[in-house]
Amino acid sequence: MLEVQAITKKFGDLVANDSVSLEVSKGEIHALLGENGAGKSTLVKMLYGSLQPDGGEILWHGKPIEIPSPSQARSTGIGMVFQHFSLFDSLSVAENIALSLGKENDIRDIGEKARQVSEEYGLPLQPDTIIGDMSVGERQRVEIVRCLLQDPELIILDEPTSVLTPQEADALFETLERLRSEGRSILYISHRLDEVQKMCDHATILRHGKVVGECTPADETAASLANLMVGADVGDVTRTGRGEVTGEALLELHNVNQEAASPFAMELTDINLSVRAGEVVGVAGVAGNGQSEFFDVLSGETTSSDNASVRYNGHECGSMGITARRRLGGAFVAEERLGHSAVPDLSLSENLILARHGSDSKSFLGMGPLGVIQNGVIKSVTKRICEEMDVRKSGEDPDASALSGGNLQKFIMGRELDRKPSILVVNQPTWGVDAGAAQKIRQAVIDLARAGSAVVVISQDLDEIMEISDRIAVMSDGHLSKPEDAESITREEIGLKMGGLHDG
Amino acid sequence: MEMTEAILLTIFTAATPLMIAALGELVTERSGVLNLGVEGMMIMGAVAGFASAQITGDPYLGALGGIVAGMLFSLLFAFLTINLVANQVATGLALTILGLGLSGLIGEAYVGQPGVKMLPIVIPGLSQLPLVGKLLFSQDAIFYFSIALLIAINWFLFKTRAGLTLRSVGDNHTSAHSLGIDVIKIRYLAVMFGGACSGLAGAHLALVYVPQWVEGMTAGRGWIALALVVFASWRPWRILMGAYLFGAVTIAQLHIQAIDINSLSFLPSGLFYLTGLIKSIPSQFLSALPYVATIVVLVIISKNRRLTLINTPASLGKGFVPDR
Repeated sequence: MLEVQAITKKFGDLVANDSVSLEVSKGEIHALLGENGAGKSTLVKMLYGSLQPDGGEILWHGKPIEIPSPSQARSTGIGMVFQHFSLFDSLSVAENIALSLGKENDIRDIGEKARQVSEEYGLPLQPDTIIGDMSVGERQRVEIVRCLLQDPELIILDEPTSVLTPQEADALFETLERLRSEGRSILYISHRLDEVQKMCDHATILRHGKVVGECTPADETAASLANLMVGADVGDVTRTGRGEVTGEALLELHNVNQEAASPFAMELTDINLSVRAGEVVGVAGVAGNGQSEFFDVLSGETTSSDNASVRYNGHECGSMGITARRRLGGAFVAEERLGHSAVPDLSLSENLILARHGSDSKSFLGMGPLGVIQNGVIKSVTKRICEEMDVRKSGEDPDASALSGGNLQKFIMGRELDRKPSILVVNQPTWGVDAGAAQKIRQAVIDLARAGSAVVVISQDLDEIMEISDRIAVMSDGHLSKPEDAESITREEIGLKMGGLHDG
Repeated sequence: MEMTEAILLTIFTAATPLMIAALGELVTERSGVLNLGVEGMMIMGAVAGFASAQITGDPYLGALGGIVAGMLFSLLFAFLTINLVANQVATGLALTILGLGLSGLIGEAYVGQPGVKMLPIVIPGLSQLPLVGKLLFSQDAIFYFSIALLIAINWFLFKTRAGLTLRSVGDNHTSAHSLGIDVIKIRYLAVMFGGACSGLAGAHLALVYVPQWVEGMTAGRGWIALALVVFASWRPWRILMGAYLFGAVTIAQLHIQAIDINSLSFLPSGLFYLTGLIKSIPSQFLSALPYVATIVVLVIISKNRRLTLINTPASLGKGFVPDR
């Protein structure tokens, strides 16, 4: 019914979809599997008309079509349920649905229609409820009902269960079965292997923007699917400079439990970790399994009422904030470069003082309690960092937003490494960074550890984890597996743990 | 009785421009655009309204001139904030300053000249009713229009698809864009509508309230209208209430100042002292009352998550840049 032939999409130098082909037949649930950043979302955005392909063809019932806009996709018969909902919080269910339906529908009848469809498919809804008052699962029901009212032949679901409770997910699967039995096709995007195995008729696996495999999930094992997804077929990179780690524990976590702060956040459960001087511990995992919450707990962005749950160099600091932890020797590089690690509209030297005013107040601030910024000092330190990390920039001290992503990341890494922290926590150190810069950053991380610091690297790039880690742990569903020696753990084992088959 | 009626009439005249300007701004803000230039657009409407009525001798053409001037002036704001995504607060303030200056320049030739007054339209029959007849049915055309406007806007916003689309843009412009709604077009129209309303409100001042051109004659009414939108928590009917309340405060402040306290010695002593007490309140305090009331309302609605959620346009004041 739907056929995608050699579709390609580029964002600048990055090839998000490289000649991707895919076929979905009538009445099947087709899984699109892949890690974050594999290009799944880019592909479905092109199918739904919110992005335009740079090459390749889309065939609908055997005829080539163009999908210039989402409304064109809807009238063709393609509906989509978004991962992050595109609902209007202040409007009612009926009003939200009315907005996506054509003008031929009388706005007064839509509430009644929505009620009928929702009852028919077992998705109970009250048309007058305001979206802002609804739970995440209910909001997804609205999205699905909205999609069904357009009577689509193909429904695209983008990671639908990532925001649902297990009970809500089970109800969703029943609805999907029902839709399949009506002859509708479903393109189901997920990285949860158990779901895919249970429900999907076929699966296409994407990795780094390319199709790396097609299979019938029921014939595969969870391990073989995980291998395809994370790419165990790719040869292991050589690990360098790894020695015996005998240093004392610098960073320790004891039974960290953290409730989910929002409906989209992960709950952290019983996390224990001890990182010794001289080692790099890699934390692998598919995005959204608690990595950012984990980073926040380590850095002090989220503080705990239990001061003893986190220790830096033996000091209890679970209730301390970021600056206090920096004073204890911590250094942190968050996932988002602009807006989190750096203020876009401030210069590099200003970003330097913002991050290090607490830990380096002696050299950066003058005149005692007045704390006057020593401009000369921070400028020269900025210069030193840029030279050491080979940061390419225009001008002496440009705004952070003027740097390319890779160069800014090099600067941020340099900013943290420059003070020789005893503890470094990095989330996604080389995301979106070109190969040369990535190598530079990885080398710097390893060098810091060899010099006697404790380093935690959180990354979704398994190659990276394998390359730089001494021990590897996997984050899945808010649990952190016991770190295992990187020499002995295999990609298959990591893949299984990432797929949610953790040992509890 | 005569006295009460006269005072009530002036309250109506004071409230009408507040209501029209606030209703226009409400529509603009419901689309997610915060235009702080209401004062500037009003004064442009006032000078243009006065001038076109003078030239043509027709007060209705004067009102039309005010509408056109307000709308053209708002286009400048729309271009800067919607196309160029300039900061809405700064641009709105600049629009007010520009309007005050530009209107003074244009209006220089008209200072001290007699204006053309828009006369009341007396509705036969109904105007004979006691009290309300005089107040509601012997008014100028702009008053009648303001009531019609209120009903029309309420209907448009909450009963029509176009109104729903406008509200959706104000709630979440990214989602609206992904549904294929033309965010930029809708915001342009909303800003222009707000400009037209402000222009008409200004023209009302120069054609009905004080049929004259005086530099800076809006005297902060644009700011009161802006406060009114928040006071009304973006609900049209509450604007009616707020406009008359604020109008009454403005008028009360004038009359209280004019009272000769000794002429009231016939009053029972309690009432006499109360009047004296009210009279002793500085008039500046009364002028500040609308803003104080607005702050109180803001505090009340911000304490209630649900009220805020339903009524406040969530993307208010945020620039929209469509991706690719």
